[in-house]
Amino acid sequence: MQALSFAVHIPLVCFGISFPAMVLFVEGLYLRTGDPLYKALAKRWSKVMLILFAIGVVTGTILSFELGLLWPEFMATFGAVFGDAFALEGFSFFIEAIFIAIYVYGWDRLPRRTHFLTGIPTVITGFVGSMMVIAVNSWMNNPTGFSIENGLVIDVRPLEALFNDNLWHELVHMYLAGYVVAGFVVAGVYAWSWLHGKHDRYHRTALVVALSVAALAAPAQVLVGDWAARTVAERQPTKLAALEGLGPTTKDAPIHIGGIYDEDERKVKSGIEIPKALSLLAFHDPDATVQGLEAVPPQDRPPVNVVRFSFQSMVAIGTGLAALSILYLAVWWRKRRLPRSAWFYRAVVAAGPLSVVALICGWVTTEVGRQPWVVYRIMRTSEAVTGADGIPVGYGFLVAVYLCLGAVAFVMLRRLARRPIDTGEPHRETAVRGSERRVGGS
Amino acid sequence: MLPELAAAAIVVGLSAYLVLGGADFGAGFWDLTAGGARRGARVRGMIKIAMGPVWEANHVWLIFVLVVFWTAFPVAFGSVTSTLYVPLFAAAVGIIFRGAAFALRGEAATIAEARALGAAFALSSVLVPFFLGAAVGGIASGRVPVGNASGDALTSWWNATSVIVGALTVAAGAHLAAVFLAADSVRAGQPDLVRTFRTRALGSGLAAGALAIAGLLVVREDARSLFDGLTSGGGLALVLASGLAGLVTLGLEWRNRFELARYTAAVAVGSIVAGWAIAQRPDLLPGELTLDQAAASDATLVVLLISVAVGMLVLLPSLRYLFRLVLRGDLDTEFHPLTAGDDRTQA
Repeated sequence: MQALSFAVHIPLVCFGISFPAMVLFVEGLYLRTGDPLYKALAKRWSKVMLILFAIGVVTGTILSFELGLLWPEFMATFGAVFGDAFALEGFSFFIEAIFIAIYVYGWDRLPRRTHFLTGIPTVITGFVGSMMVIAVNSWMNNPTGFSIENGLVIDVRPLEALFNDNLWHELVHMYLAGYVVAGFVVAGVYAWSWLHGKHDRYHRTALVVALSVAALAAPAQVLVGDWAARTVAERQPTKLAALEGLGPTTKDAPIHIGGIYDEDERKVKSGIEIPKALSLLAFHDPDATVQGLEAVPPQDRPPVNVVRFSFQSMVAIGTGLAALSILYLAVWWRKRRLPRSAWFYRAVVAAGPLSVVALICGWVTTEVGRQPWVVYRIMRTSEAVTGADGIPVGYGFLVAVYLCLGAVAFVMLRRLARRPIDTGEPHRETAVRGSERRVGGS
Repeated sequence: MLPELAAAAIVVGLSAYLVLGGADFGAGFWDLTAGGARRGARVRGMIKIAMGPVWEANHVWLIFVLVVFWTAFPVAFGSVTSTLYVPLFAAAVGIIFRGAAFALRGEAATIAEARALGAAFALSSVLVPFFLGAAVGGIASGRVPVGNASGDALTSWWNATSVIVGALTVAAGAHLAAVFLAADSVRAGQPDLVRTFRTRALGSGLAAGALAIAGLLVVREDARSLFDGLTSGGGLALVLASGLAGLVTLGLEWRNRFELARYTAAVAVGSIVAGWAIAQRPDLLPGELTLDQAAASDATLVVLLISVAVGMLVLLPSLRYLFRLVLRGDLDTEFHPLTAGDDRTQA
């Protein structure tokens, strides 16, 4: 159930992280050039931002309820260790809510510069908020900052728990993911319009801004991904083994692309094998020894194929997105224009939903890869769960609610997109109408 | 000392949520009871402009309360959420509906859509405060034992105290909303709406007062130790303060001083919450767990309190800025009746 809520919440978070920066960038262009087109675009985007944020508040509230409703033992045991992160997250969420409201309602009512400045806190709090949530997650992967005696948590050192060694790569990975997802989803929408013959300046500007954001973030994400994988290799060898379907501990470990892990034969079947690649990638040494799944007893291993499939999907999509980004950047660099092929725009349209898929796969990888532990090597998921019954009923209900929410949000955003664009120059409005907007994942 | 400070932070957060978030829920109550599409259009239009800019901010208070609760008193938090999962889940679903419906309502284009969204918005506005109030009633009357889902799933929140607290929460929210809306109508220059909300404010104020007195009688039978706490020492002082603030509020409403009544109404509600906290001191879960037993270690509390203090340093000026802009009318959208098929709400 929590997984479901996260799957809805995470794509919204991406918009919370990166959309304010994009909106502010466009408004900054307006302040510099005075071109009403930029203002129209920023204003339009800020309304989308408000709707997505409102839904994000709702899903975020639900998540904090669910933490207690579903995982009372987890909260009861460790609430004191990581709670402070959520306290800070709560504040940044709060401040983001305040300034988003001022920003969106303040168009044309506040002086221009003031209005621009009120947008800045939303960018900062988006960053701090995500940092704190990631701090909790990274702590679950790398629990430090407390001791356990007779099953009781004692000697809590909250700051040490929050700023654990896993924080930095997870944070950078997630933060960039925010820009990749929001950038590609927005760019996908405008690429769709482009394919339907809307080649005016408004659509072109929107496409270029969103696509540039995504294209700068996506290749960087590949490098950060490598950093993340190496940290996992070092700290959570079982997770790494699950990622790659590595049964016995192996020297010169290979990577398999595709295929299925067979538990009886302890290896990946019908995949393409790349010799020594795993040792090379994980430890930057082709001869390194990589610890396999069998280093831990069977009940301590995660469901290998789920983890592996998610991981490979994420990597595949991520690589594809990076390639698309480099193509775009190369064409822009050499020729100072957008690529002309319709296939490029079709690819960008596809990149929107695909980036959301990659995001969710990445999150499945880290969460399921940690199983059966909720707190790595300290508390099992089964020990954390609520003793209350009625979970399946609640689950079904929540699915229905989210489906409604998604449908309604989709319809509303679509309607917003169909409104004439408010450039302050009425004669141009008729030319630029209609584009489809998608809310990723919800 | 540290546990008390953390508890105080929760009380302050809960009061703020009850006053600001509660008023939003109360506005939903007036939306629900505003009558048919045409008759209720002006009331609904006013509600919309009053709530627009502050809606998200008001609801983050709840997140603040939950977060401080689970950090400072993790064991109690686990016990409360696993025993009271029914009302909490109901409230959570209500919050989803409400937030979504309110955020999206301005975009509704057809009568059917606006009705459906409006109904979801208004109905959940009543259900959320009721269930949250009922959950508080369950805690206050000592029906939440320590442990994973060890309390009764039904009677922990479906009992005399819970029901009366739930009803009181709905009434208090409705009253706050009516006062705020009356003041906003004055600012928007809509005298007929001022009269409408004045009537509602007086009516709901009397209802809330009656429920509060009835509540004391119910608690006397149902949860004697809570009653004793409310009728002696600091508890009694706060109950009296709340009653006094309530009377002053009614007087101000009678004389059309709504801007001042905003604050006295908030004081009336806030003192009840504080009174409850004082009344069950030193227990967090009455009869089960004291504040000190429930508290997390000092290290956690220190970091938490410092975070809260630093957070407040940033938050309060921000909030002040937002409220000042709102109360000055800088963020007001133009007033017009909200009917179905209305597409002018957002440019």
